[in-house]
Amino acid sequence: MAFAAVAFYFFAIVAVVSGALVVFARNPVHSVLWLILAFFSAAGLFVLLGAEFVAMLMLIVYVGAVAVLFLFVVMMLDVDFAALKAGMAQYLPVGLLIGLVLLVQLGFAFGAWEISDEALSLRAAVTPPPDQVENTAALGMLVYTRYVFLFQMAGLILLVAMIGAIVLTLRKRVHVKRQDVLGQMYRDPKTAVTLVDIKPGQGA
Amino acid sequence: MIGLGHYLTVAAILFVTGIFGIFINRKNVIIILMSIELMLLAVNINLVAFSAYLGDLVGQVFTLFVLTVAAAEAAIGLAILVCFFRNRGTIAVEDVNVMKG
Repeated sequence: MAFAAVAFYFFAIVAVVSGALVVFARNPVHSVLWLILAFFSAAGLFVLLGAEFVAMLMLIVYVGAVAVLFLFVVMMLDVDFAALKAGMAQYLPVGLLIGLVLLVQLGFAFGAWEISDEALSLRAAVTPPPDQVENTAALGMLVYTRYVFLFQMAGLILLVAMIGAIVLTLRKRVHVKRQDVLGQMYRDPKTAVTLVDIKPGQGA
Repeated sequence: MIGLGHYLTVAAILFVTGIFGIFINRKNVIIILMSIELMLLAVNINLVAFSAYLGDLVGQVFTLFVLTVAAAEAAIGLAILVCFFRNRGTIAVEDVNVMKG
């Protein structure tokens, strides 16, 4: 039990500190790296909560895809990031004030709130005991049966996002010579080749 | 003993950090997108924590969908960003005024 507590505090502190450094880092590349660390420690928290599948998905989707995408874009754009940081001090007091107010409000909400007695009877899908059905299998049982329509919709959202990203970033350059595959295939020897009868001694 | 409140506290701090990041990095779209990712991460921690402590698996199913939408949002957002940078040569939020909105 003590180990779980130590692990929780470790992951929680790392997550919070790296989350703050995402916001404060001077270099956006460092921001992305701190974001990756925040995702890693959140995945650790998920493992502590017994949600192994979501934790691994977090690593694959966020660290493997989203964060790397951010990294590519940050490195690809030739932007003077120091100039973008210039007005930071100006917004710091307002941001701190709003953050503090929000935190206090969330504290009030969580402090005065408790789980209702009926909550346990209102559960939509009771988690099976982890020693009988492991988390991934239980989640699969649910996603592929009752939530299969939503699952397909999620896939469709990803498809739309992929097509949208390709359409947005695809660029047709005009003055570039490219291979014209159809032109090559439809080229016909009858029209492309002409036979010229050259008399001996007259050529070239 | 680590309770539900501990996880909710971590999630609340991360969420506020995300909002704070949007406020202080008002010019840099990339950091704003990263702050949104942080906020979605906080929401995911909340969902999984409630799911674990109530013994209801639907919270984790919902986390999958939040994850999907977050990934799609990041991809589209960064694509728009690259497209915008190609046309205007800047990513400062103040310069995003083509449509005079």
